[in-house]
Amino acid sequence: MRHVISLLIENESGALSRVSGLFSARGYNIESLTVAPTEDESMSRMTLVTSGSNEIIEQITKQLNKLVDVIKIIDLSEAPNIERELLLVKVRATGAAREEMKRMSDIFRARIIDVTDTSYVIELTGNDRKLDAFIAAIDPALLVETVRSGTCGIGRGERVLKL
Amino acid sequence: MVLTGAEILVRCLQEEKVNYVFGYPGGAVLFLYDALFQQDDIRHVLVRHEQAAVHAADGYARSSGQVGVALVTSGPGATNAVTGIATAYYDSVPLVVISGQVATAFIGQDAFQEVDTVGVTRPCVKHNFLVRDVNELAITLKKAFYLARTGRPGPVVVDIPKDVSNMACEFAYPKEISMRSYNPVMRGHQGQIKKAAQLLLSARRPMIYAGGGVILSNAADELTRFARLLNAPLTTTLMGLGGYPASDRQYLGMPGMHGTYEANMALHHSDVLLSIGTRFDDRVIGNVDHFAAEPRKIIHVDIDPASISKRVKVDIPIVGNVRDVLEQLLRQIEGGTQPDPAKTADWWADIEKWRAKKCLEYKLSETLIKPQFVIQKLWEITRGEAIVASDVGQHQMWAAQYYRFEKPRRWLNSGGLGTMGVGLPYAMGAQLANPKATVACITGEGSIQMNIQELSTCRQFRLPLKICLLNNRYLGMVRQWQQMFHGQRYSGSYMDSLPDFVKLAESYGHIGIRVEKPGDVEGALREAFTTHKNELVFLDFQIDRSENVYPMIPGGKGLTEMVLPVDEDLG
Repeated sequence: MRHVISLLIENESGALSRVSGLFSARGYNIESLTVAPTEDESMSRMTLVTSGSNEIIEQITKQLNKLVDVIKIIDLSEAPNIERELLLVKVRATGAAREEMKRMSDIFRARIIDVTDTSYVIELTGNDRKLDAFIAAIDPALLVETVRSGTCGIGRGERVLKL
Repeated sequence: MVLTGAEILVRCLQEEKVNYVFGYPGGAVLFLYDALFQQDDIRHVLVRHEQAAVHAADGYARSSGQVGVALVTSGPGATNAVTGIATAYYDSVPLVVISGQVATAFIGQDAFQEVDTVGVTRPCVKHNFLVRDVNELAITLKKAFYLARTGRPGPVVVDIPKDVSNMACEFAYPKEISMRSYNPVMRGHQGQIKKAAQLLLSARRPMIYAGGGVILSNAADELTRFARLLNAPLTTTLMGLGGYPASDRQYLGMPGMHGTYEANMALHHSDVLLSIGTRFDDRVIGNVDHFAAEPRKIIHVDIDPASISKRVKVDIPIVGNVRDVLEQLLRQIEGGTQPDPAKTADWWADIEKWRAKKCLEYKLSETLIKPQFVIQKLWEITRGEAIVASDVGQHQMWAAQYYRFEKPRRWLNSGGLGTMGVGLPYAMGAQLANPKATVACITGEGSIQMNIQELSTCRQFRLPLKICLLNNRYLGMVRQWQQMFHGQRYSGSYMDSLPDFVKLAESYGHIGIRVEKPGDVEGALREAFTTHKNELVFLDFQIDRSENVYPMIPGGKGLTEMVLPVDEDLG
């Protein structure tokens, strides 16, 4: 099963490699990983998307907790949560495609954030399935380049990951 | 007080009451060595290879319970140390390894003797640090010692660039340290303790399976009291030998691949299993599905939550320090209903039946020296009181089976990583930590040659070790597997062109004795341990080449599928 794990980690050089090294050394899946400092600059918040049986997910959270730099960890998937990912996509926008791409981005509530004579850059946020759907809806011949941020997530309501 | 980085290191080591640093100098640690030279509190032990520096610090730590300290230079110094670090990591031994690094301005420039030590050691340390600022040095070292000795112990590497060791700053050693990201749990959850006690009292076939955590947390006395209170049979793993007196009636020996019949059968057939400070290693429980197929309730005590339910699903997990949890369990049971001996009478009858198989019996020979016999004689002559440092292979298993340990911290071996070459440096570290103790190194001709250069260190520091080489001119454990599972094709497992170990020992300034007949074994040992008590003696026992280690659970088989010496399958 797919799990979204969030963690607070000391903002020190090498902290990221401790996490990624753990996943490769123990053969755990890693679908995406995002990291950035929090409002308290001594800490970073990391969101990991992984998958595995309950036993494997239990081991992953325990092994992550064992890393000396990891301060706190939460498996967001255990309770209601919100996931978002950012997609930037560059598409060809000439002739009929120019109007078509505009319409498509409106349908998905995406935004066109760069315009040239021949191309658009479209920004879209949502969960990974929405982003997949958007890419699938674009004529492959028009698709020039895509970049995705990886998932970040937060618990709903009172559920917080904080010191 | 303003001090240089090198002086700060020395002051920190003094504050941590470090007596010995095992090391090897080089360019990046010249300032550190200069500071060591100008003081007398800490003795530097010059080894002959960095791997041995870390192993010796490890042997010092295992035999004393103190943090071991090694010091190596950058680049090859650090990479040579990696095997030692990984060995300590696998067996949870508290070490602080200081490595020199090229100057900060050179880092990342592919400088001479540069290696990314923090990167290279990351997967085999508890934690590591690169100190980029001399102002961070004292606090980093404080953290390193704190991390190494608390929680599940382990090695911590502190990488110090050359310029940092020469820069100066105000020095103050922090008295206390706390880290928001690191808070090991010491006491077990009281609710779990209560449940565990109830379950143990309800058991008809209770069994205690104790491991290295008992040694690491100095809990041998508590374990003994608890086992006696419960009147439960007990097995200690390879890492837990000495955690319970081997001569005791309740002791069933070691479990696992080369464990005793009674220990493995009891482990398998128990209805309530208390596993404490151990981790259901593949060499202990064999085939995990075979083990899990037999219904039993498992209580698992470990300081590392990640060790619990990793390979075997448990019913009552208890995260905590082995000693604290045992004290809690003792209080819980002592204060309540007492165990009923009648409940376990049938169980003990089963155990005595298994014990009557005498699975460790072997046939003596008139002409060939049996390795088991050498170990038994060694045990007799040292009255079971020696610190025994073993290497890795058949001799290690024979030592574990036939040297019956009564007390903790007397058995030193590489259990997890299985590192050949640890024996001699372990013995060195143990002898320095325990100057009055009798220290024996049990080794093979393969293992000893992996760190043979340390005979030179032993000479320099006058270490009166007794090296017992069980020489069968084979890499015996490899040969045994090839004999059993690879059609007797002895690929790469023979040893040609061995040195004359007697002459070799002599050339290093030690005493060498070759023993070729069973009748000479005892005399040679007596000579070594009495006549040459204060000298290093290298005993080269020419043993039966074809001897194998039994009992044995073949790879992939279950605990009840042991092969005994008579090749009788008891499945």
